[in-house]
Amino acid sequence: MAERCAVIGIGQTKHTAKRDDVSIPGLVREAAMRALDDAELTWRDIDAVVIGKAPDMFEGVMMPELLLADALGAVGKPMMRVHTAGSVGGSTAIVAAHLVQAGIHQRVLTVAFEKQSESDAMWALSPKYPFQPPLVAGAGGFFAPLIRAYIRRSGAPDDVGMRVAVKDRLNALKNPYAHLHMADISMDSVRASPMLWDPVRYLETCPSSDGACALVLASDEAAKRSPRAPAWVRGTAVRSEPTHFAGRNQVDPRAGRECAADVYKQAGITDPRKQLDAAEIYVPFSWFEPMWLENLGFAADGEGWKMTVEGATALDGDMPVNPSGGVLSTNPIGASGMIRFAEAALQVRGMAGEHQVPGAKLAMGHAYGGASQFFAMWVVGSERP
Amino acid sequence: MPRDVAIASFASLVEPRFDGDEVEVLAPVIGEALRAARLERRDVGFTVSGSCDYLGGRPFSFVMALDAVGAWPPIRESHVEMDGAWALYEAWVALQHGDIDVALVYAFGRSTQGNLYEVLSAQLDPYTVAPLGIDARSMAALQARAMLDAKRCTERDMAAVAARSRGGDVEALLAAPYVASPLRAHDCGPAYDAVAAVVLVAGDRAKQCCDRPAWIRGIDHRIEPHALGTRDLARSPSVELAGERAGVRKAPVDVAEIDAPFSHQEILVRSALGLGPTTRVNPSGGSLAAWPYIVSGLLRLGEAARAIHTGKARRAVAHATSGPCLQQNLVCVMEASDG
Repeated sequence: MAERCAVIGIGQTKHTAKRDDVSIPGLVREAAMRALDDAELTWRDIDAVVIGKAPDMFEGVMMPELLLADALGAVGKPMMRVHTAGSVGGSTAIVAAHLVQAGIHQRVLTVAFEKQSESDAMWALSPKYPFQPPLVAGAGGFFAPLIRAYIRRSGAPDDVGMRVAVKDRLNALKNPYAHLHMADISMDSVRASPMLWDPVRYLETCPSSDGACALVLASDEAAKRSPRAPAWVRGTAVRSEPTHFAGRNQVDPRAGRECAADVYKQAGITDPRKQLDAAEIYVPFSWFEPMWLENLGFAADGEGWKMTVEGATALDGDMPVNPSGGVLSTNPIGASGMIRFAEAALQVRGMAGEHQVPGAKLAMGHAYGGASQFFAMWVVGSERP
Repeated sequence: MPRDVAIASFASLVEPRFDGDEVEVLAPVIGEALRAARLERRDVGFTVSGSCDYLGGRPFSFVMALDAVGAWPPIRESHVEMDGAWALYEAWVALQHGDIDVALVYAFGRSTQGNLYEVLSAQLDPYTVAPLGIDARSMAALQARAMLDAKRCTERDMAAVAARSRGGDVEALLAAPYVASPLRAHDCGPAYDAVAAVVLVAGDRAKQCCDRPAWIRGIDHRIEPHALGTRDLARSPSVELAGERAGVRKAPVDVAEIDAPFSHQEILVRSALGLGPTTRVNPSGGSLAAWPYIVSGLLRLGEAARAIHTGKARRAVAHATSGPCLQQNLVCVMEASDG
């Protein structure tokens, strides 16, 4: 039987293009110490550490848990390293939650990070394999055709992506940890920005960030002694499907739908738009907001874009999506999923500051990776289940 | 009280060098493990793998391997960028709290794609140590020297480990030149390619999947500091602690599979686990006979389970390691039902 699990500490670094004032250990330690401070705990209180990040080649350090054991206070403790592509920040938090839910540990520190300035992610994402034509297109080149397919299938007007780009950047202005703070963002400036991968413009894509995010997850007993409101884990789910096969729906992947159905079932959610107060969804390219709204059951097929156009996903809308500013404003790749999970928890703890959704009680964190094939989701709530 | 979980089956392919890619070699091994457990793909509730991008020199090596599993309809799946032994640990955790009874664990790696000792240098502190260019064998040699200086073993003891694991006569081995003093060629496990798959089954269902399940009675892992200068290399506090937490000393151990790619490391781990003279160590040959990095730990878990499956042991211990000079270690105790 699963034990209860709650988030009692959250820490992030101020995400930015280049943190050349800290080493990789310094970066992760900064986030971890903030999470410990939030929980009013010390390193001694932590039973185990679970870290996650995207490919090791992004920093050029192989299996960095070995390097980071000291900085994360893991010496003498169990330490694990998760890697599930872009969904890794989410799946890392889920592995950590399982350690508590299985009754193995009382308090687990989980940290996800990327220090993109240490190398070139575009290169690391575009290696030349023997006997395969090199793509050398990065993630944007891979996902743009899926977006075009979505636009064709749904008949969405061409400004939906730009609306998401503006909305998320305006939200980011209320989040002190967000990488991009673009006070002058507007539909005109997004439209005027260079087209990178049609239909994705420069200002419709995520930045490259250095950043880390950390959570302290606690058992029921440990959460009772938490100085601040816990965010109770109401459900966790992961799903994976293969990269390519004929007939695979890459625009609306079945793994995403089944992952959402699983996590909603655990959390007792039958109508996500009505029951969830906020959602932090992994949107690295603007158009993925309407695409995921459909995949996650917030909107009927082909109608996700209407929620965006109607303003339903704005901070003051009926279904706020990415009140933090989302991946479009902050993208330390391996940490981006955990930031979604953390921001969902901040909302239900009532600790999201200026980007707080008033009275949020139930929120979702979502991450995806690979060729829209790896999914990790959790639902957190203010009420103890 | 932990839920009873057993290794129900184990399959592997270990070769000096694979032709073909990982999916080609992985798919039949996964099929063999499932068949041995009398299960089909759809019976698997959770799948988790271990692999390492730096072996193949490409990112996301685990993504393509998913084709070997046949992840359709979509599956619950995870991956650790660690030895498959830690993937097994993640699966064991999932079986503890989840609504699933069957987990598939696999690991794959081709250590022969480059110079393994040099590739492993990418694990070192990138600011202060990696630029020095010290390789994994040189670091292991530092550890062996520390053990000799501390009188924890002799070069003859190391040669005896090598002779048992991979054959040869101790006197002849000792006559060979050093490759990285005090290590000789026989003290260093050769890089191999390998894939391995293990099926874990919980509760009574394990008895349907295996005539003699290898029940996991304790599993624990611990990490030590990264900088070699902060550690006493002649000791392994992480093995001692993990072994204690896993309950190694609660009863005699028939067979121990120790992930020691360098001969002195077997002596060190054996001592840290407190294994007595009656324990048979590495009857499989261990990582000294074949060292497929990232798979070798899961192979030890599988081989220890096999010793129970085949009735050669009632109680077995498996060990896995990661990082320079045994920085991180996992210990698992398994028993037969009558163990």
